[in-house]
Amino acid sequence: MKLAITNGRVIDPSQNLDGDFTIYIEDGVIDAIRRDKKPRGGYEILDAKGAVVSPGFVDLHTHLRDPGFEYREDIESGSRASAAGGFTTILCMANTNPVNDNASVTSMIVNRAKEVGLTNILPVGAVSKGLKGEQLAEIGEMVKAGCMAVSDDGRPVMNGKLMRHALEYAKSFDVPVITHAEDLSLSEGGSMNEGAASTAMGLKGIPAAAEESMIQRDLLLAKLTDHHLHVAHVSTATGLEMIRRAKKEGVRVTCEVTPHHLVLTDKSCSDYDANAKVNPPLRTDEDCAALIKALNDGTVDAIATDHAPHAQDEKEKTPFDCANCGLIGMETALPVLLKLVHEKKLPLKRLISLLTSGPAKAFKLNAGSLKKGMPADIVIFDPNQNVVIDPHQFHSKSKNSPFAGWKLKGKVLHTICRGKVVYGMSLRGAQATWQSK
Amino acid sequence: MSLSQRHILSVNDLTQKDVALILKTAENLEEIAHRPVKKVPALRGKLIGLCFFENSTRTRSSFEVAAKRLSADTLSISTGGSSIAKGETLLDTIKNIEAMQPDLLVVRHASSGVPQFLSKQVACPVINAGDGSHEHPTQALLDLMTILKEKKKIKGLHVAIIGDILNSRVARSNMILLKKMGAKVSVAGPATMIPAEVEQYGVEVAHDIKKIIPKADVIMMLRIQREREADGLFPSLREYARFFGLNRETMRHAKKDAVILHPGPVNRGVEISAEVADGPHSVILDQVSNGVAVRMALLYLMCGVKQMSF
Repeated sequence: MKLAITNGRVIDPSQNLDGDFTIYIEDGVIDAIRRDKKPRGGYEILDAKGAVVSPGFVDLHTHLRDPGFEYREDIESGSRASAAGGFTTILCMANTNPVNDNASVTSMIVNRAKEVGLTNILPVGAVSKGLKGEQLAEIGEMVKAGCMAVSDDGRPVMNGKLMRHALEYAKSFDVPVITHAEDLSLSEGGSMNEGAASTAMGLKGIPAAAEESMIQRDLLLAKLTDHHLHVAHVSTATGLEMIRRAKKEGVRVTCEVTPHHLVLTDKSCSDYDANAKVNPPLRTDEDCAALIKALNDGTVDAIATDHAPHAQDEKEKTPFDCANCGLIGMETALPVLLKLVHEKKLPLKRLISLLTSGPAKAFKLNAGSLKKGMPADIVIFDPNQNVVIDPHQFHSKSKNSPFAGWKLKGKVLHTICRGKVVYGMSLRGAQATWQSK
Repeated sequence: MSLSQRHILSVNDLTQKDVALILKTAENLEEIAHRPVKKVPALRGKLIGLCFFENSTRTRSSFEVAAKRLSADTLSISTGGSSIAKGETLLDTIKNIEAMQPDLLVVRHASSGVPQFLSKQVACPVINAGDGSHEHPTQALLDLMTILKEKKKIKGLHVAIIGDILNSRVARSNMILLKKMGAKVSVAGPATMIPAEVEQYGVEVAHDIKKIIPKADVIMMLRIQREREADGLFPSLREYARFFGLNRETMRHAKKDAVILHPGPVNRGVEISAEVADGPHSVILDQVSNGVAVRMALLYLMCGVKQMSF
């Protein structure tokens, strides 16, 4: 099939492109980008007038809950959420049941993702067997089966020696080690950021130092082993400052921040709204400002959602301190992040690079670019369309979003994965592969 | 006259008028305890659910006596005896109780925020009888009543709250309510037991209790839970008692007319020595009597009875 996307404002940070172009797609790959308006030669036309066309978004951090917790999400519903959010490549964490700590689980995820075929799913393998933090998982075999990185995400690797060995061993297979930085002895029993709000609510707090001390340890280990450390969901100003300094020193480190840590603070937990309970916890206004600054100055490599589906029983229907941590983010990421653009805190081009070329470069993924020969993974969105966030409209199985009811701007119109329209109306009003709700 | 609030979840929600009404009503109802027949029919036919998801003797029996003095029926559940132990969720349990048409629920839970959460799930009013480290509004109200009886005023009094502020719902409710009513409040204890940004309550912080005891008109001692030792908040009960406990020696610096409160149960020899707990400054048992009166007042005001009939 030959497809041409016309009339859109094409923004592709990987080749510093911003302007009116027509994108030509053939056999699922980008064939050309040209200035011409009227494609000739049997192309189906997708008119993107008034919209932004960019490489499909890349999410380095999601939880698809499959296998094991399919009541929260599965590979199919997660793929739909991904497509609806404009993501065409997503990495999924290993805290499934069974844990993705061996090649058979990796293969199962890879195969199921291909069957569904709505988004590129790249598994992240566990660092340690059973995420127990005791023995290394079979990292080599998992990489062979398709894992792009390793992480015990959800938990830190508390044992420094094991973390050192994980970095060294992963180096042999050229995959990054993603750290969920948290000193469990400092965060124990905590359910939100330690500060005025936790005191007022009578909830045990998690101090910023619980995260920062672990980031610092892992930066030192990355330096020691000279291997690529990726710091997941950085939430504090000091944490970012340490990463900034390490980068200057030449330590091989990349990092991500989440949309929720950019726009929400611990005040969102007031009234005991467990949808705002997340790990690391929502911090302060000063932290948000520092995170946004780091998006702009290049300290942050990627924005990742940490999409973490939970059933209502695990969130809203239970006391705050017993509720699970995490929130879903793939379907709200774009409008939430565009808020920063509309408020002039972040240029649109920079935002797109943090969702495309940034993460792709950090993890050396064959994604996040519209260069000739790249997979035709594309998102077309209207950055100005008004939306009201309604979790009941989500394609995810779970509804745990702290953004419910938010009035924002920005809507994904079409998502194209490997040349196939996987979200939005297809050409000439026909049904897409599957229709959005 | 009626309360501005349907539920009693946090003392934050109470207006000064509410507080005055509660205390006035409590004073009126108090005398029932001294009658030969300690019962009035004010809440006859009303069902009060006492939902204690955390162990409690004092607060629970206080509510029970309060309800019975007003002729209400009570329905009692507690963690050990309930289906919570069988894995039923909190919400299921409360929905089942609600199906028995209670007129009011009294809720105690180890997790902060549970009474708020349940108040949105049930049709009847809810009283927070203590939630996690968050609040214990009825304790603060009975403490206020006790202080008022002794000192005849609140405005301008200096109240010192000493002990584990970090884990204390009693401290939080008292800080808020006492400040609201015009008292000056200091908190003291080892820094491990002072929560982050406690200054938001408008209180002064001290780590040396000898510095605030001489200034205090009211000294409120908090119970030290033994498990905090294992948690690393202090090295030993002995050392705690020596530096942060109230005893004859520390009381030597106190004002002659200072009164001592304690929400109970008392750890004799830890946060307060036996002779001080039983001494002339102590109003600890008055707190218990006033507790029944305050709770009667709340049940009475919240159960929708229009006419005073006692």
